[in-house]
This record gives sequence, structure tokens and C-alpha cells, in this order.
Amino acid sequence: MKKKSPSLLKTLGKIVLVIGIVIVYAYGLQVTKVDLEKPQEAKRQEQLTNILQGLAHPDLITYEIDRISAEARILVPCTGTPPPEIPAEPGQPAIKLSSNCAEPGEAITVSGTGFNPNENVFIFFVPYSADPAAAVELKLTGNAVPTDSDGNFSKEVTLRKDRTSDKPQTVRVVVNRRVGSPKPSEALKQTWEKIVETVFLAFIATTLGVTLAVPISFLAARNLMLQVTSTLTKFMASLIIMPIGALLGYSIVSRLTEFGSQFPNGNAEAVLLFTAAPLVGLAVVQSAGGKNTFFKALGRWFIGVAIAAVAVVVLAKIGSVGRETGISLKHSLGGWSFVGNFILIFSDVILLGLPALGALLGAFAFSPISNRILEATVPRMSALTSKIVAVVLSVLAGAIVFGVIAATLNWFYEFGDVAQVVRTPATIGAVLFAALALAIDVNHPIPTGMFVYYVFRTIMNTLRSIEPLVMVVAFAVWVGIGPFAGVMALGLHTIVALGKLYSEQVENIATGPIEAITATGANRLQTIIYAVIPQIVPPYIAFTLYRWDINVRMSTIIGFGGGGGIGFLLSQNINLLKYRQASVNMIAIAIVVASLDYLSAKVREKIT
Amino acid sequence: MLEIKNITKIYDNTVLALNDVSFTVPQGQFLAVVGLSGSGKSTLLRCINRLIEPTSGQVILDGIDITAAQPDELRRIRRRIGMIFQHFNLVLRSPVITNVLAGRLGYTNPAWSLINRFSKDDIAMALKQLDRVGIKEKAYVRADELSGGQQQRVGIARALMQEPSIMLADEPVASLDPVLAHSIMQYLEQLRDEGITVICSLHFLDLVQRYADRAIALKDGNIVFDGSPSEIDEHRFKEIYGEEAQRIG
Ligand SMILES: Nc1ncnc2c1ncn2[C@@H]1O[C@H](COP(=O)(O)OP(=O)(O)OP(=O)(O)O)[C@@H](O)[C@H]1O
Ligand SMILES: [Mg+2]
Repeated sequence: MKKKSPSLLKTLGKIVLVIGIVIVYAYGLQVTKVDLEKPQEAKRQEQLTNILQGLAHPDLITYEIDRISAEARILVPCTGTPPPEIPAEPGQPAIKLSSNCAEPGEAITVSGTGFNPNENVFIFFVPYSADPAAAVELKLTGNAVPTDSDGNFSKEVTLRKDRTSDKPQTVRVVVNRRVGSPKPSEALKQTWEKIVETVFLAFIATTLGVTLAVPISFLAARNLMLQVTSTLTKFMASLIIMPIGALLGYSIVSRLTEFGSQFPNGNAEAVLLFTAAPLVGLAVVQSAGGKNTFFKALGRWFIGVAIAAVAVVVLAKIGSVGRETGISLKHSLGGWSFVGNFILIFSDVILLGLPALGALLGAFAFSPISNRILEATVPRMSALTSKIVAVVLSVLAGAIVFGVIAATLNWFYEFGDVAQVVRTPATIGAVLFAALALAIDVNHPIPTGMFVYYVFRTIMNTLRSIEPLVMVVAFAVWVGIGPFAGVMALGLHTIVALGKLYSEQVENIATGPIEAITATGANRLQTIIYAVIPQIVPPYIAFTLYRWDINVRMSTIIGFGGGGGIGFLLSQNINLLKYRQASVNMIAIAIVVASLDYLSAKVREKIT
Repeated sequence: MLEIKNITKIYDNTVLALNDVSFTVPQGQFLAVVGLSGSGKSTLLRCINRLIEPTSGQVILDGIDITAAQPDELRRIRRRIGMIFQHFNLVLRSPVITNVLAGRLGYTNPAWSLINRFSKDDIAMALKQLDRVGIKEKAYVRADELSGGQQQRVGIARALMQEPSIMLADEPVASLDPVLAHSIMQYLEQLRDEGITVICSLHFLDLVQRYADRAIALKDGNIVFDGSPSEIDEHRFKEIYGEEAQRIG
């Protein structure tokens, strides 16, 4: 075989490619059940027509209806003297029957006079009933019967075969007349209510999401976190201390919160303790006399903690008072009850948020101390001692980290008793971390920042790929179907999506200013405030507006997943085949989305 | 006195940017650092205030080991070391006064920084420094509205806010025209006259010879010359910049 013509090979390749594409396409059509016969079936076309007609006639306005009727008596079957005609009242519509006595199934002619020209009347048969209130109206015509230009009509109808009686029965002609001016329909009122809910849903989700996405974006920015390094010993010590600190912070702050909300019914010693603590701290600082920076720092830390404790108690008191006020205002303010509700929610946020904040602060409050202790002691140790310290700390840290992970998994999958389940992973963690500590030089910088970076990035990328419409299902199970679930789902998605977009903006900023501010001796927080934030404000605003647009759109359909707002109403109306009402919902969605789009475009113009 | 002892910097375990560099700078000297692009000038300057961590070696300022300093102490040391940059490194969207005040951050309680607050004294000082570099009237315009020369003056004012005893300048005039270059160099000369040590990397030998008390030349991370600028003759020049190099300017 000498060289085969490459062009032939190429052509063959192309043919195979085309065949491949056709096969993929054919399979795709089969999987998606594409069927051009279906849309042509008469039954389906009729359904489509119904829907489209419903949509084309949005149920926007209603009138008050005046029901006017005229009656005539008839004997069915014809076994006696026909009942007398009812005398017509002047100015009122009246009807006449071709015969006042007829057999079941016989055709009679109903003629009416004194109606309005060109209006639609309905003809009913009202069988005899001993109790007039229990009488039913049975339709004698399928469609409405129009009157002529003089207000008269004449229509042949067939009497029913059932409903015979020896008593006179009734033929009734009814006309529904609109009276007064048009009023917004029930559907329109509901739509308005839900649209307001929708817009606020988007608003709250966006603002909450942005508030949390901003700090997270810093933790997920590579360029900032790359600078955060630590030594192995410090890192391991922090790993040990953080969960303990979080637990401690949580339990202490929960107690303080409870104490604060019951204040002054609590015990007096605690009050004394709170006032004494800052003084003790001050004394420590004073006695250090500017010399020993370590004691001074410890004293400061102590004062800080004491002040924080007092702040917690005060906040908890405010929270509990606010809660009661909120609840009572909610019931007494009437139209302004939302103010009471706001106070209630705000107070609940304080009361629930304090322990969480305590856990967070607890997690980070102790690392500086352990860092300081290690900074002061490790450099003075011999190489062997410092290595031993590093290994011991690593063993503990490994056991804790793996243990916590195992305990979390156990919670999800319920392998068995926690103490049993945790043992093996904790041992493995201890061994792994010990190996790490043995392998790495004690002073080698550990990229703690990148560790945080990857944790946040992973969480964000995972959550971001779940659509809010799916998330809301979980939240609706948790807090019930309604706008609150929608706010949570949209808010969470906003946090993770914006967190990612924001952090990319942080990564794109000019590094020169950061370098310059760092060189002045500013700490990390100051560097962020003076070198990073001024650079990211414009892109952050742009992305916030972009997200606002998305959230407005999402909030209109989040109800399909149980998230409240207009979408919930729309899905109900569609399921109940109320297409005219659904049409109102859709129009409202279009108007809201379009006008808010326009608004944010205007704002964007102003800003940039 | 600033002592550089056996500083070595290896980037990413591969690029040797500084190779066992040692020298001592007495207080109040104007030291020029010259060398080809890529010879390690910027790396050297940044190792002094640890914007770049040296791989090994020590930097000792008046007996304090900067390289061993823990984060808090390092920040206190950095307050004494001002720095200006080729590209000025101003925060362009902030007003000039804020850029200058940023030089005070090392002295400011971080809690105040959260609400962007500086003391009255700091603000007065910032205006004074701006006056000194001749652009007081620009205090409240945005930094990106200034020309390059004006931006570098803001950079100097910011560094002076630190009340530094050392001024590091990394090619401070490389982006400026010759007239502006001289005016910036004259500010640095003034600082030297006030007793501040100036360590300045430069590309143009005539600037070195006109302003510097002493010159250090780097080549591939090694010191190849250390002496008076006037000693850099044709022969030395070729040693520093290579055989093919031509003197300009
Ligand atoms: N962040 C970095 N990562 C890897 N290598 C680097 C980094 N910064 C600098 N280098 C390398 O280190 C060497 C010295 O760079 P440096 O910036 O100090 O030179 P320079 O003398 O300032 O050059 P120029 O005159 O162009 O500013 C160069 O080979 C450069 O490629
Ligand atoms: Mg350089």
C-alpha cells in the first residue's frame, strides 16, 4: 500500500461525520418525541384554539350584573286544564308560549317582548318543586338567544322528556344585564396583589443576596487569598481552635442572648460579672505598663470580649422587646401592620443571628491568640521541639477535621452511632496530617488563603449550577409554599452567582495600588478598603443591576416551584384551565419585566 | 543604617532573581540601583520592605531584622519605609487627598479606616505635603484626572505621609518626560538633604551621575559594581550593560 490519496480519506471522513450527525439527530428527534402529526389532530387544534382564545380575552374587568327574568306556566304532560297566563307588567319583559300545555319531548315556541334590543337571553325550564327555593333551572337552549332590534324574540325549544308533573311548571327567560361602570375583575385584583409580591420578592432576594455576596467575593478572590499564608504550626492550631471556638462562641452567646432577653429577671452576679470584666481587662493593660506587648494584647482582647458580651446582652434585650412590640403592633396597627411585622422580623433576626454570629466570631477570635503564642514561643524552640509541637498539633487537627467531616456525613447517611463511625476517619486524619507535618518544614508557608478560596469556590460552583426553580422546591418543603421560600431560593442563588462574578472583578483589579497601600504599613483590612474597594465599586454596581434583572424574571416564575408571587397564581390558573385569568397574569408579567428592564437600563446609563 | 545581608530570591523555585546580594547603606545616602531590564532591581527594592519575601538572607534596619519580623511588627517597620513606583500606583478612582492620606494608614486605627476617617492632623499634614510637591489645588480632584508628573508627585506626598527614614523608588521617572524626570529627581534629592536614605532604581546613567551619591549595578541578580557614579566609565558601562550596549542620554 503506497500512500493512499489523502483527499479520498478526507472525503470518507466527511461522509462518516455527516452520517454520524444524522444518526445523532435522528436519535434526538426520537428521544424528544417530535411528532408532526399531533399538532394537526382536530381535537388538539380545538384545545389550542380554546387556550389562544382565552389568552386573547384577558379577564380584566367585570360589571355588576342585574338578573332580569320573565316567566310563563306550562303543564307537562298535558293532563288537565292549562294554567292561566301570568299578566305582563307594564315596562317589564314578558314571554308567551305557543301552548300552555304540552307533552314531554314536544317542541313549543317561546316568544318574548319588552326586552332590550339585541341582547342575549337564556331560556330555562324550572320543574315543579314544593319548595320554590329548591327549584332548579334546566337549560332549554344550548346557546344564548339574541333579541331583534325591537327587543323581541321567538325561539322553538324542545321540552325535556323527564320532569313530568301534574302541577303547573315554569319556563323562565333570563337576561343578565351589566349595570354601572366597569370594575377590575377578581383576576385583576389577585394579579395586582401577586405582582406586588413578585417585585418585592425580587427586591428582598437581591438586596439580601448582594449583602452576603460582597464579603464572600473577597474570600473567593484568588489574588487576595493568595497573600494569606500561615505556618504549619499556626495553621494546625487554628484548625483545632476554630471548631472549638465556634462551639464555645455559640453556646456562650446563646446563653448571653437568653440572659439578655430575660433581663432584668436574671441573676445579679451575671450583671456584676459584665461590669467587672472590662475593668479587669483594663487593669491587665495598665499593669503591663506599655512594656509587655503580649499581656497588653491579651488585656485588649479581654476588654474587647467583655464589651462584645455587654453588646450581646443589650442587643438580645432589644430583640426580645422588639419581638413583643412587633407582635402586638402587628395585631393593632391594621393597615400598617407590616411595620409591626418588620419589627418582629428584625428582632427575630437579632435573636437568631446573635448565636450564629457568636459561633462565627468564636471561630476566629482565638486564632490570633494561638498565633501570638506560637509566634512568641516557636522561634525560641529547638528544631526538634518545634517539630514535635507541629506534629502533635497536626495529629489533633487531622483527627478533628476528619472527625467533623465523618460526623457530617453520618448525619446525612446515618451509618450508625457517631462515636463508632468517627473513630476510623479521625485516626486516618491524624496519621495523614502527622505525615504532612513530618514532611513539611515547620516554617514553610501554608497557603491558608487558598484553602479558604477553594472551599468557597467549590461551594459556589456547585450551588450556582442548581437553578433557583429547583432550589425553591427544597425551601418550599422547609418553610412552606409561598414567597418566603422564593426569597430564600432566589437569595441563595444570588449569593453564589454574584459571589462568583464579584470575585472575578476583584481578581481583575490593578495590583499596583494594593502594592502601594501595603507598603505604607496598612493592614489587610485597610488595604482592601483603600486599594480594592474603590476599584470594584463600578463593576459591582453593574453586576448588581444585571442580577436585579435576572431576579425580576426569576421571581415571576419561581412560583411554579412553590415560591410564591405571580408565578404561583399563573400555574394555578393554567392547571384549572382558567386561560382568561392566566392571560391577565401573563400580561402583568410582561409589563413588569419590561418596565423594570427599562428602569434598570436608565439607572445603568446614569451610573456609567 | 540599612544592611542587606546575603539576600537571595528565587521565584517559583526556578528563576534566580537575586543571588546572595549584600551591601550596607548609611543613613542619608542617595543610592542608585542600575542594571539591565530583568537584572533584579525591582526585586531587590521589594525585598527591603518585604513586598516580596526573600528566599534567604536578612535585611536589617537600624538593628531590627525586617526579614524576621512578625506581621504586626512588619507593618510598624513598613511605616518607616516610603515607596514610589514607576506607574505611580495611585488609586485612580479616589480623590488625590485620599491617596495621600493612605500614606497614614499604618498609623491609623483600622476601626477608623472602616468609615474612611482620618484625624484633623493627618488631613492638615496631607495638604501640607501636597503643597510641598506643588499640587495643593488638586487635592480634591480624582487621581485619574492628573498628568503623569502630577501623579508621581501624589505618590511622593503619599510616601512622605509615612514620615519615612528610607525612601524606595522603583524607576520613579521611567514613565515621565526628561523635564518632569528632573523635577521628580529634585524632590528625591531634597529628601536626601533632609536626612532620608533614598534607594532609587534608574535606567539613565546621566540621572545617576547627577543625583546619586553611590551606585550599585546588578546583572542577572549579582552585584557587578558598587561605587561612586563617576567611576562608571565606558569600560564599566560595558560590564554592566553588555558589550553591545550604547550609552544614550
Ligand atoms: N513574580 C515573578 N515570578 C517569577 N519571576 C519573576 C517575577 N518577578 C520577576 N521575575 C523575574 O525575576 C527577574 C528579575 O526581575 P525584576 O523585575 O526584579 O527585574 P528589573 O531589574 O526590575 O527589571 P525592569 O528593569 O524590567 O523592571 C526577571 O528574570 C523576572 O523575569
Ligand atoms: Mg523593575
